[in-house]
Amino acid sequence: MKKSFVIVVLAGLLFILLGSISEMPALGGIENPSYNEVAVYYINNAVPDTNAANIIASIITDYRAFDTLGETTVLFTSIVAVVSVLSGKFDKKERKEPENHG
Amino acid sequence: MDDLIVKNITKIVTPFIQLYGIFIILHGHISPGGGFAGGAVIGASLILYTLAYGLDEGHKLAPHNLTSKVESGGILWFVLLGMVGILFGGRFLDNQSAGFYMGGFGNIISGGLISLATIGIGLKVASTMITLFHSTIQED
Repeated sequence: MKKSFVIVVLAGLLFILLGSISEMPALGGIENPSYNEVAVYYINNAVPDTNAANIIASIITDYRAFDTLGETTVLFTSIVAVVSVLSGKFDKKERKEPENHG
Repeated sequence: MDDLIVKNITKIVTPFIQLYGIFIILHGHISPGGGFAGGAVIGASLILYTLAYGLDEGHKLAPHNLTSKVESGGILWFVLLGMVGILFGGRFLDNQSAGFYMGGFGNIISGGLISLATIGIGLKVASTMITLFHSTIQED
């Protein structure tokens, strides 16, 4: 009873997801919603706004600088996690060496 | 690894790799590249040095105290640039309206906040790579 209920729910979810995939716009189509006025604004106004020749750099560190700040925070979080799990050999060495000699 | 050829080739090649990485970071607002790509190149050169000469020598070149400070300093530098935008422009991470020097189009010193932020990102990515590598290969 419980198993058949789970199967029915998952089958319904699968049907909904597959149906939404078939409704998505074609890959690379010219009418896609991603080709909206934002891209045209970047191409027209990136150089007067930021005076940088590389429009990608002006998008990454000017228009979407807050997103880049989040990316650098991800790097910081990764390093904090790794260093806290694998505590440094070179920090421990200075503390342990006197004990070994003595 | 204790191989004479690898050590000597590494000694010859490493300065050129690091120079190329610095070039990519400083030209991030003019040519393709930027902070993430250039920082990855510099971090890879430090990893190459550690692989050729061993962890002790690599740790002498990039000590953990220094890399962890550069690591934290990169993100603080980015936030500080955003605070300059709040003080003078009114919004966080403001560029032209905050009064950053815009320079001439296509020059090295241009783009205001973009080139300064790219340097911070590059230092941060390089120190992140080398710190992760040193932390994961060390034997306890």
